[in-house]
Amino acid sequence: MKRLSLKGLMPIAGIIALALLLLVVAPSVLSTFRLNNLGKYCCYAIAAVGIGIAWGRGGMLVLGQGLFFGIGAYAMGMHLKLEAAGPEGVPDFMLNFGGGVLPAWWEPFRSGAFTIVAIVVVPAIVAALLGLAVFKRRIKGAYFAILSQALTVAFAALLVSQIKYTGGQTGLNSLTSFFGYNLYDPVNKKMIYSITATILVVMLLVAYQLYRSRFGELLVATRDAEERVRFLGYDPANIKVVAFVIAAIMASIGGAMFVPMAGLINPREVNALASIMLIAGVALGGRATLLGPAIGALAVGFGRTYLSESFPDQWTYFLGALFVVVILLIPNGLASLVPRIWRSLTTRQPAARKRVKTA
Amino acid sequence: MDVLISQSFTGASYGAALLLVALGLALTFGQMGVINMAHGEFLMAGAYTAYLTQQVVTNADISLLLAIPIAFMVAGLLGLLLEFLVISRMYHRPLDTLLVTFGVSLVLQQAAKDLFGAQAVAVEAPSWLDGQIPILGYRYPLSQLFILVLALSCLFGVAALLKYSSFGRQIRATVQNRSLAESAGVSTRRIDRLTFFLGSGLAGIAGVAVTRITATESTMGSEYIVWAFLVVVAGGIGQIKGAVIAAFGLGITRAFLTYYTDGSMAVVLTFLLVVVFLQLRPQGLFAVRTRSLA
Amino acid sequence: MNRRHARLVASTAALAASALVLTACGGSKSSDGDATAAESCVDTSGDSVKIGFLNSMSGPMSISERTVSDALTLGVEQINAAGGVLGKSLDLVQEDGASEPTVFAEKATKLIQSDCVAAVFGGWTSSSRVAMRPVFESLNSILFYPVQYEGLEADRNIFYTGATTNQQIIPALDFLREEKKIKSIFLAGSDYVFPRTANKIIKQYAGEYGIEVVGEEYQPLDQGAWGTAVDKIVKTKPDVIFNTINGDSNVAFLQAYDEKGLDAKSIPIVSVSIAEEEAAAIPVDLTGQMTSWNYYQTVDTPANPAFVEAFKAKFGDDRPTSDPMEAAYTSLWLYKAMVEKAGTFDVDDVIAAADGITYEAPEGTVTVNGENHHIAKTALIGEVQQNKLIKTIWSSGEPIEPDPFLETYDWWDPSKG
Repeated sequence: MKRLSLKGLMPIAGIIALALLLLVVAPSVLSTFRLNNLGKYCCYAIAAVGIGIAWGRGGMLVLGQGLFFGIGAYAMGMHLKLEAAGPEGVPDFMLNFGGGVLPAWWEPFRSGAFTIVAIVVVPAIVAALLGLAVFKRRIKGAYFAILSQALTVAFAALLVSQIKYTGGQTGLNSLTSFFGYNLYDPVNKKMIYSITATILVVMLLVAYQLYRSRFGELLVATRDAEERVRFLGYDPANIKVVAFVIAAIMASIGGAMFVPMAGLINPREVNALASIMLIAGVALGGRATLLGPAIGALAVGFGRTYLSESFPDQWTYFLGALFVVVILLIPNGLASLVPRIWRSLTTRQPAARKRVKTA
Repeated sequence: MDVLISQSFTGASYGAALLLVALGLALTFGQMGVINMAHGEFLMAGAYTAYLTQQVVTNADISLLLAIPIAFMVAGLLGLLLEFLVISRMYHRPLDTLLVTFGVSLVLQQAAKDLFGAQAVAVEAPSWLDGQIPILGYRYPLSQLFILVLALSCLFGVAALLKYSSFGRQIRATVQNRSLAESAGVSTRRIDRLTFFLGSGLAGIAGVAVTRITATESTMGSEYIVWAFLVVVAGGIGQIKGAVIAAFGLGITRAFLTYYTDGSMAVVLTFLLVVVFLQLRPQGLFAVRTRSLA
Repeated sequence: MNRRHARLVASTAALAASALVLTACGGSKSSDGDATAAESCVDTSGDSVKIGFLNSMSGPMSISERTVSDALTLGVEQINAAGGVLGKSLDLVQEDGASEPTVFAEKATKLIQSDCVAAVFGGWTSSSRVAMRPVFESLNSILFYPVQYEGLEADRNIFYTGATTNQQIIPALDFLREEKKIKSIFLAGSDYVFPRTANKIIKQYAGEYGIEVVGEEYQPLDQGAWGTAVDKIVKTKPDVIFNTINGDSNVAFLQAYDEKGLDAKSIPIVSVSIAEEEAAAIPVDLTGQMTSWNYYQTVDTPANPAFVEAFKAKFGDDRPTSDPMEAAYTSLWLYKAMVEKAGTFDVDDVIAAADGITYEAPEGTVTVNGENHHIAKTALIGEVQQNKLIKTIWSSGEPIEPDPFLETYDWWDPSKG
């Protein structure tokens, strides 16, 4: 049995602090517009928690999470699009391109319950199949990263090309309501935000429990010494698949909640660039830490909005420099600085301390 | 029958351009394990070099040829700078190089936009590329022939260098067993730097070539980068001949799929085929045996 | 597993969940549309009134959209120099749409809710327009959209100052059929809603008039592998290519076309997305190729010389003026006229005053249609000159009434493929 120390309580304290910040402080000080933006960053943060598990703990550079973000987002988008079309209605773009007939596989998405199940189950199945195929064949490292990126590019291209099923480049837009709640009513916007923030907190708790479990330890072991784990009698492929599936589900949930907040979903939100932006937040915050990925994703979201508002031209430089500086100089992210600063504040002779190993 | 011929030629044209872009990657990624996402921006630098050369030497007939060695040097030096400043510090973290170089690629794209404007620039075609030669009833464009010849020249140049020069032997030794190579007196640091210079320089040459088929603008590299990485992965890391077959294979597959489906579906299906192919041969077409478990 | 820890986790989860339930109960399921229309915060008490520009200043679309932003800036300067609108000067807030539809929706919300602008000018791609549409509807504000597009839309809160299909696509087809006597046509476009809709219209038109559609090819916006499509063009030898390709993909297409020995004499192209600025970036001899727009830098109208001169004086001699720029510039003057007719900046009053507003634009006389919020425009077929400027070779003569839903065309059936 592990002893409960002050240090062990830190992550829980961090989650509670973040929960209070997101669920109590933010709604009372931010305008509806800013709160809605924060909600979108929360969606990225939900996906980031999953990336933290797969990449930070599992060592798999999941460069194609846009695929799963997109699956969740399009599932939700389809439901909301049908909601906007009315009980017997057909989405507007299908009148234009699909001859006004709803394809059979769209039909179940009229049901909210089916949609919610699909948001969790579909990415899980896709990730499990993909993971089994890839990890059983011991494809890893750069191969896996490039493969997942190629799949995302292919997925985005598929969405673009199937205009009569997916709305093409313009995607699913002109959504009006979220499970019956008008999307443009400020009260409802606040509600959707709260749901998203709550999901983020719950996902952090899931990650916390996961990291403390035997599985979490095996995952780290697989990342650091896959061969040794194999020699101990475990199949590293299975461990990786499970982590990959969890990451996929989280990305999908993030994508699903993104739709009511953005009011639309289109292929640009799921392409290779969008996927790598998710990674940026995780790298910034600290890939292997509990709170780092989520906080990093929130920070990148904020940075993107604020910097592009104030310096539309220079924003790209900031973003590029962020990747270079963070990964080169603080590979374990900002979260890794916190204990260092904490230590230097609490230790009597900080100068005597050696530099902490970074890699 | 004429579809078979025309799409084989058109596919070979896509393949030749891909091969040019992937050749440099096959060196830096294949031989060194560095995932350089800024490779596409080195290509862009090569294309803008062709444009600048044309501003100085206005005769397009000469300037395009003149641009080839200049673009090689410009992109090569950019690569050397990147290696020196960034990549040399992270050889033990190959996956992280992907993210760092992605950041570099964003910066380079924005820099190009600030330097040359957001609008594409026009690199004029030399008059000697104006025309087609008839082969098997197909009128093969001279500009595609130019890209093919350039790609094959670079290919044989690199292959000869790897095979016959002492530099090439040292590269191969470093790839196969870095520590043994070091103990045999090979300066692996120097080899890394030279390989990166060469690989990046090849991207510069590719940049000159693709001014014939793509708009010269700041984001032009991103159209090629994912394809080029797929070529290297499908060909087998560290294998030049694998990259050749993969480049033409992907190009021709894409041409036929475009013919029978449409442009978007061709991208989707080609990528899926690569993923399925890697299921069958996880190490690519030709696997190289190395001492590393990765 | 540690008991105490499990309890901590559970209680945190419970806390979060209860917060969720509390806020969910606060949600309002009211179906009453008016409840959502926020009170306008536009401040018209001072000497100036804020308006918003929303263009992509970054990302791939910035190439085109910056030119629109420049034209709008010129328009505001001139309006302010001429005494402003209702005696108040216009105070502009520029926002970046970053070539991302979601950012357009986000920034439109910001302009309306946080900056309290009286109207917004901008957008380019159809994706950006449809992303902003529900924002302007629900917050009841006005958007002026300056780019030719696929039609089939008429929103109360949007004014469309670019051409709809019956002012650009159909006149081009009429010209090809009547003047060029074409019998066959090949369709090449980028893979998104405008080319696909335009080609659907063209196919039905072709069916009505006995023109054979010999091919239809698309490429994704960010890919330029046009070789295969050009092979099909060479094989089918159409009388004309109808080009709805957007952006830099045009360069790749025209290079593939040129290297196979095609030119305006053998198989000419009619383009609807190549303006002066794009033509200059294409390293291919375009002499004799055709375009269909409602404005060229060279058009001979009373208002054009002053516009071109003012633009070049401000932004440089090498900068051409194009159709979307002109449409954006015109939209500002139309807005001024609408507000002054209404006597107020109030959105509902301005919309009510829109019908029949007319303006001597650089493209010629334009008139706002109060019913569908488009404007009557003159269609012009142009021919690219050696110097890459475009000269008018055919004109519809008088402004064409906008008909976004093609209700006046018997052959049009939206439900057919």
